[in-house]
Amino acid sequence: MAPMRYRDALREALAEELRRDERVILMGEDIGVFGGAFKVTDGLLAEFGEGRVRDTPISENTIVGMGVGAAMTGLRPVVELMTINFSLLAFDQIVNHAAHIRYMFGGQVKVPLVIRMPQGAGHQLGPTHSHCLEALFLHIPGLLVAVPSTAADAKGLLKSAIRDENPVIFIEHEALYGVRGEVPEGDEHLVHFGAARVAREGSDVTIVGISRMAVTAEAAAEILAAEHGVQAEVIDPRTLRPLDLETILASVRRTNRCVIVEEGWPHGGVGANLAALIGEQAFDHLDAPVRRVTGADVPMPYSKPLEDIAYPHAAEIVDAAMAVLQGAPAGGRA
Amino acid sequence: MAPEPATLPAPEIASEWLARMTLIRRFEERAGEMYARAKVGGFLHLSIGEEATIVGSVRALRDSDYVISTYRSHGHALARGTPPENVMAELFGRADGCSGGRGGSMHMFDLSRRFMGGYGIVGGNLPIAAGIALASDQLGTDEVTLCTFGDGASNQGTFGETLNLAALWRLPVLFMVTNNQFGMGTALGRHSAVTDLQRKGESLGVPGMRCDGMDVLDTHRVLSQALVRVREERRPVLVEAVTYRFRGHSMADPEQYRSKEEVALWRERDPITTFGALLLAEGVLGQDELARIDADAIAQVDAAVAFADASPFPAPESLYDDVYVLDGEVRGTYTTPARSAPGGETPRRGRQEPSSNDEIPQQLTEALAAGEDSGEPLGEPA
Repeated sequence: MAPMRYRDALREALAEELRRDERVILMGEDIGVFGGAFKVTDGLLAEFGEGRVRDTPISENTIVGMGVGAAMTGLRPVVELMTINFSLLAFDQIVNHAAHIRYMFGGQVKVPLVIRMPQGAGHQLGPTHSHCLEALFLHIPGLLVAVPSTAADAKGLLKSAIRDENPVIFIEHEALYGVRGEVPEGDEHLVHFGAARVAREGSDVTIVGISRMAVTAEAAAEILAAEHGVQAEVIDPRTLRPLDLETILASVRRTNRCVIVEEGWPHGGVGANLAALIGEQAFDHLDAPVRRVTGADVPMPYSKPLEDIAYPHAAEIVDAAMAVLQGAPAGGRA
Repeated sequence: MAPEPATLPAPEIASEWLARMTLIRRFEERAGEMYARAKVGGFLHLSIGEEATIVGSVRALRDSDYVISTYRSHGHALARGTPPENVMAELFGRADGCSGGRGGSMHMFDLSRRFMGGYGIVGGNLPIAAGIALASDQLGTDEVTLCTFGDGASNQGTFGETLNLAALWRLPVLFMVTNNQFGMGTALGRHSAVTDLQRKGESLGVPGMRCDGMDVLDTHRVLSQALVRVREERRPVLVEAVTYRFRGHSMADPEQYRSKEEVALWRERDPITTFGALLLAEGVLGQDELARIDADAIAQVDAAVAFADASPFPAPESLYDDVYVLDGEVRGTYTTPARSAPGGETPRRGRQEPSSNDEIPQQLTEALAAGEDSGEPLGEPA
């Protein structure tokens, strides 16, 4: 194990897969000479050259569509979109083509494409650069969706994504790029899709944290233990499609209480979907309604005090956990 | 560019071009009839009138080249060699359709013939074409991708984005704008500030050429010249094929945006009758051979309809096939039935409406009769 920043773990994954498979190419805005808006791809142009690390014009829909075409005919493209908000410019190619081509053409082709993009609030970037949109992609059959929250998972999931035969939406978090974590050494550290990570074991309440909220949920669990004597089990699903529902259900059946935490909006969110699944499949095991902690149902404001209260922090997760432990009815922001 | 007289190819080649154009015409006419008889669902966009544009361009390609098209793509599949049986079966929504009954009229596909699909989103295929060309380039081949789209697509953002990128990266892609004079019901002059479409790529570094899309010889000649530039000079070219669709945009088109006189004028330049007349005048084919080519096309279409009628509907249990590539190592829940119907029971919400003379699978009939659409009781995850 070696301590490594999330950003560097991602770079190592890209470099290893570029070395391992010459069909892998990177495309994106300012990923080469500039080194990437968040420096994830820094140095890769020098090692792999302009043919495989391609700076593109600012043309998101076309970059993604080219990734689709290239993936259909023999390459394994990894497209970087500068932030998840810009993926909306490419939504046509992502939904109508990347996700559906295999199905609508009767299974004749595969689309082994990875689309990387960061999301998240906290840097005062306002309503067009701060949102968490994983729920949009989770909604679409044909896509895989990864939301790594640690350096080890960032590396292992990205390597798995590049080797996968399906289109993968790989969602990083801006606030995590500089966070260090232990990463297994060697170039075969793979994290399988559909395998949740139990970040912390506990028997009193299950807290499911999505993307960066897995980290926030762990912080909340420490507070719950120290200040309330409550042992929370924290689960990071790591991938939303496929979803390791079994691990979550097994935990809920043991703790009988569940809080789901996400940075995205409440309506039609990841937590809404997961709460429905838990309600359908573990209703008899619940001692309190599943509770959600979500981002506020507003476009992300710029002003710091407003931004701070527009996405979840540990204190709200603690409150939600205490509420389900006391059997209080779910309120929340929705 | 000064028009050069296009010379006739060898007789057997000229004859094959005529035969293929005739097949497309007869196929499309029959498809329209089948639509009227509710054998075909959804939208049906016919390419009647555009046969020379299709055959002239596709015949300029090598087998190793790629073709990618639009929602008006039956003709491209047929030109590429996809059997009419499988194209008709796709229109009928049958298991033997060239997209397995998943795509329908707008989404034909035949990987084995490098026909990379029809696409329902206007302009959606341009980036994909550039990506295919990128792979060809990166893998060191000399394959070219022919990307066809309509005049309406030249107003989409992907047009500018993709032409710019293809020129910037010197990708081997030939863009062909099939100018059939209308973006759906909006005439060219009402939807594009620049109506000289071949020039629309100039500011993006893509030179333009124009061909008479009603003339298979001219289309083939211009495309062949363009392909040399694309393949050997590694520069994308935009070719405008000037043509006309004789039928409406789709089957549901009252055609209030054009006059009968205008249509009649263009019909005088029918690409099939004019080419047939030329071959007759040049002594390439006799009257009896012309008649045989037409009879042959009709017989092939008859066979295609019989085949499509006999082909089964896709099985209900295939509803969830090919959403994902599953490699055996996967864990977790991918789709709804994987979660709620362990053991692969009847797929839920598999709404199918086969025509009355076809057998509806019993399982589904019972489910529909019982008014069920929420399926099996929920169980443990698969």
